Order: sequence, then C-alpha cells, then structure tokens
Amino acid sequence: MNELALLLAATLNAGTVLAIAALGLLINEKAGIVNLGAEGLMLCAAIAGFATVVHTGNDWIGFLAGAGAGALLAAIFGVLVIWLNTNQYATGLALSLFGVGFSAFAGVKYVQEKLPERSNFSIPLLSDIPLIGAALFKQHPLVYFGIALTIGIIWFLYRTRAGLVLRSVGESPESAHALGYPVRRIRLLAVAVGGAMCGLAGAYLSIVYTPLWVEGMVAGKGWIALALTTFATWRPARVLLGAYLFGGVTMLQFALQSRGVAVSEQLLSMLPYVATIVVLALISRNPTWIRVNMPASLGRPFSP
Amino acid sequence: MGHAMISLEARPIASKFWGIASPLLAIVVTVAVGALIFAAMGKDPVRGLGVFFWEPIKSTYALSELAVKATPLILIALGLAVCFRSNVWNIGAEGQYLLGALFGGGVALTASADTGRWIVLAILLAGVVGGMCWAAIVALLRDRFNANEILVSLMLVYVATFLLTYMVYGPWKDPMGFNFPQTKTFEKATQIPRIIDGLRMNIGLIIALASAALLWVFLFRTFRGYQLQVGGIAPAAARYAGFSSRGALWTALLISGGAAGLAGALEVAGPIGQLTPYVPAGYGFAAIIVAFVGRLHPVGIVFAAILMSMFYIGGELAQSRLGMPKSLTGVFQGLLLFALLACDTLIAYRVRVKK
Repeated sequence: MNELALLLAATLNAGTVLAIAALGLLINEKAGIVNLGAEGLMLCAAIAGFATVVHTGNDWIGFLAGAGAGALLAAIFGVLVIWLNTNQYATGLALSLFGVGFSAFAGVKYVQEKLPERSNFSIPLLSDIPLIGAALFKQHPLVYFGIALTIGIIWFLYRTRAGLVLRSVGESPESAHALGYPVRRIRLLAVAVGGAMCGLAGAYLSIVYTPLWVEGMVAGKGWIALALTTFATWRPARVLLGAYLFGGVTMLQFALQSRGVAVSEQLLSMLPYVATIVVLALISRNPTWIRVNMPASLGRPFSP
Repeated sequence: MGHAMISLEARPIASKFWGIASPLLAIVVTVAVGALIFAAMGKDPVRGLGVFFWEPIKSTYALSELAVKATPLILIALGLAVCFRSNVWNIGAEGQYLLGALFGGGVALTASADTGRWIVLAILLAGVVGGMCWAAIVALLRDRFNANEILVSLMLVYVATFLLTYMVYGPWKDPMGFNFPQTKTFEKATQIPRIIDGLRMNIGLIIALASAALLWVFLFRTFRGYQLQVGGIAPAAARYAGFSSRGALWTALLISGGAAGLAGALEVAGPIGQLTPYVPAGYGFAAIIVAFVGRLHPVGIVFAAILMSMFYIGGELAQSRLGMPKSLTGVFQGLLLFALLACDTLIAYRVRVKK
C-alpha cells in the first residue's frame, strides 16, 4: 500500500476513537453537563471490552461490554451531579482518578494477552479504487459507524423534537422544567448515553486499535475529546472533522519517525498535547464566539 | 423525587457539623468498601486493612516513610487549596511537580565532588521557579486567550512527562549508566538534609508543615488572601469591590505551581537522588483528593495527606505481602473522593424519610 494511503487510513482509525468519545461528550454538554470523567470512563471500558473479548472471542460483545461499563459509570456520575448536586468538575475528576486506578487494578491479569489483528471491512468496488480505496474504504466497521453516528446526531439534535428538548435542557433548564419536561431524568439519560459512547471509544481502542491492554493506555484521549467539543463550538460535524485532524496529528509523529526525521521520539510524542493547547487557545481567544455557541447552562446545577 | 420514600431537603444554612463529619464518614465508607474488595478477592479483610492502616504507623521507620510520602502531598495540596478557593481549576499539579523535579535536578547535576551544601538551596529555588513557569503557561493562556485552565493544565502534564523522558533518554543520560534512561546519581552535597540519621524523612517535612502555617496566615489573616477567596465564592461581589480576578488567577497559579515545583525538587534531591522516568508517582493527582478531603484548610490538608500517604504505602505492601496489585492505591484514592463528594451532600441537605 502506498505510504500516503496508509497514513490516511491510520488517521481515520485514530480519529474515530476521538470522534465517538467527543460526540458522546457533546451529547452530555448539549444537556448542560460537563463530564471530566471521560478519561477514566474510557479506561474502564477499554479493560471491560478487552477482557470480554479475551473470554468470549467476540468483538461485538466486547464493544457492548465497553459501552455498558461506560454507561454504568456515567450514570453513577450523573446521579451524583444531578440529584445530589455535587460539583461537576470535582465529581468528573473523581471518576477519572477512580477509573485510572480501577482499570489498572482490574487489568493486571490481562497485561500479557494479545488479540489477533482485526480484519478490516472492505466496501465492495469502492475499496478497489487505487490510493483512495485503500485509504478510505478498507476500515473497521466502527470507522464508518463514527460517520453514521455524526449524521445521526445532527439529525437528532436539529431535526427531531427529542433533540430540541435535549438542547432546551442544556440552554435553559428552568424553561424546560416549566414546560413540564423532567429535566433531571433527561440529563441523566444524556449522561448515560454519552458515557456509553465514551465506553465504546475506549473498547475500540483496546480491541481494535492497539489491540492489547496497557495500563493508562487511553493516554489523554479522553481529555482531548473534551477539548474537541470546545474546538468544534459544540457542532457535531466539526467534532468529527476535529477528531480526524487530531487523529492526523497523532499519526504525523509516526510518519515523521519512519522518515527518519532527526527529532527525538519523546519530543514528537508531545505533538497532540501541544496541538490541543494551541488550538484551544486560538479558539477560545474570542469569548463572544464561545459564549454564543456554548450551551448556556453548561456546568450549572439545576434543582426544580 | 416526590414519590420516593427518601428525599433530600435543603437546609436553611449549611451544617457546620457535617462540614467536619463528612470527610470522616467518607473515610469510613472507603474503608468499608475496601474491606469488601479484600473479601471479594479472597483475602482476609482484617489483614488487608492492617496493611493499609496499621503497618504504616507501627514503627519509627514506618512513620518516617509515611512522612516521606506525605511531604509532597502536603506541599502540592496546599497550593491547590489556594487555587480551588479562588475557583481556579488547576488539575495539572503533576506537571508542575515534574518541572520542579527537572529544574531542581538540572541544578543538582551541575554539582561536583567539592560543591558546598549551599547547592541544596539553589536546587529548591530552581524547583519553585520550574513549577511556577509551568503554571504561568496556564495562567497566561487563561488570562490572554481565555483558554480553559482544566484542559491546558492537564495537557501540560503529558508534555512535562515527555520532557522528562526526553531529558533522561537524551541530553542528561548518564554516560556511565549502562544505557539506562536515567541521570547519574546526584552528588552527596545535593542531598536534602535528613532530620534523623538513618531515616529517609528530611527537612522537606518541616518546610511542608511551615508552609501549612504560612498558608493559614495568608488565607485567613491577609487582605490578599481574603480577596482571592471572595473572588472564588462570589465573583460578582469581588468585581464590585474592585478585586482583580486576573490578579487572583496569577497569584493562585503561581503559588500552587511554586509549591508543586518545590515538592518535585525535594523529591528528586531527597528520596530519589537522580532523575529517572519513574519520577512521576501521581502525587499531583492524589494531592487534588488531599485538598478536597482536607476541606481546603491547611490543618485538614496535613491530616488528609497522612491518610493518602497510608494509601500509597498500603498499596506497596499489599503487593509485596498479599500479592495484590499496587494499583489498589488508585482505587482507594478514587473511592475516597467519590465518597467525600456524596457525603458532602449532607452539608447542604437533610435526609428526610417519608412515612
């Protein structure tokens, strides 16, 4: 395969992890909840999914296990912040710290296991196109799922009544409550769905992307996904694009390494993190731009 | 939750009793869950808990080790208390700690066999400066670019970690070190003075305790400290009073960065004695829990740091004595913060059981 096609394919692959997680966080944030626990969620889901595949041999049950673990942990977070009105930042942080510890604890037995390389799904005809075919149409099914999910979320948020209600809960929970919508239950549902998506992303990471379990393997992708929602000014299509862009940045370091660029591996590894900081600063520079796009009640507790 | 049997009722004023009792209840809950984890893994819960709560205090040597781990936790958490009290969410203390370790380690590497003991002071100062520089990036980006300090400070932890590995794999690698990724062992003159011969506990502990006293004075006896806290609790009131929120941001971040950097320098020139990729031990993250469990109060922080230090030592002992994963420490840390946040509900609410 051509080197460029390989790089593009890897970019989509890496971007998908970020995209699915960031879209989940987008749903949370559209409902007014910031979940700083994404990193911990993804780690727990990564080991849950990985262990399931080791025992069952079925990837799809593994993805389900990852999504389930994500939803469960997010729901615990949700009950704390929505019903007990605990601070969203602190609670999310607790989830992240717990997730790092718990996944390492639960994953000790699986450190030596390795899953076979996943076969990709080739779209007939399209995958035969030279260069583009190999880059775009020979991917794991979840890569296509990521794109479908984005379209589905755009349709849901902006074309359905349920999506409108969800957004109203994030913009003005008081009005939504006055109209008779169960604000707290809607928020909990949004948090659980978002958690399931983060979980799916985590499971994809350990089952398909690496595919093995390493302590702390999410390596900040949960945090980068959180930053992505801001980069995208809370628009689903921009989230997907941003995720691919960051997937590309991650892959760039490997491409540069393989070309023998005389920069140390450790310095190149900083790239995605430095890029996150730089982009965050550039996007946030215009406060009005952020204020207009951000769900108005983001991070604020609500009690009826 | 009208139909539920148990409901929460807002208290007219926050409960002073639960303000103090909540962390204690959270510890009880964490210990109970810990016992369940031991039982679930087929270990004797009493022996398991003994490893965490009795072994670390049963001898002078054990107590000294407890102090060694509590020292960085106290220092970092004190700084974070200033941040959180001013509503600045610095969660990247781990990175600031690493920069302190790098700066302090850099100075320590310049020492030769005949360097005087004054180098210790230079090492500590360099550590403070390193931590401050790293925190200043966060403050600058927040101040000038409105960039979220949570994400920036956290991303800088990863950057700092790679910076450390770069230095120990590259420019600072010990040429005589059989190609191990580590610097040479620092000269004897750089060693942080110990309090008692034969025990690893060093003057870092005294610095940490003195800092706690200093912080108490700063928070509760100076106008600057008061301004910071008003800005944290009631930003609108602070603005009305003319207190600068930018000033508060910079002050809080520089103090916490400096404290974390100092802790990093104390650690590399103290117990570790060289730079290796294993300098990051998660103290920066554990200190967040210490700050919260200690109620962002200097005295509370000292006690919470001792508890957290027990978790660290307990985890290591659980590995060597009971054959359990060391990561048990992280599980307990996370559980404790979760339990604390849940218990804190009792400060503002009363639980009512409807008949």
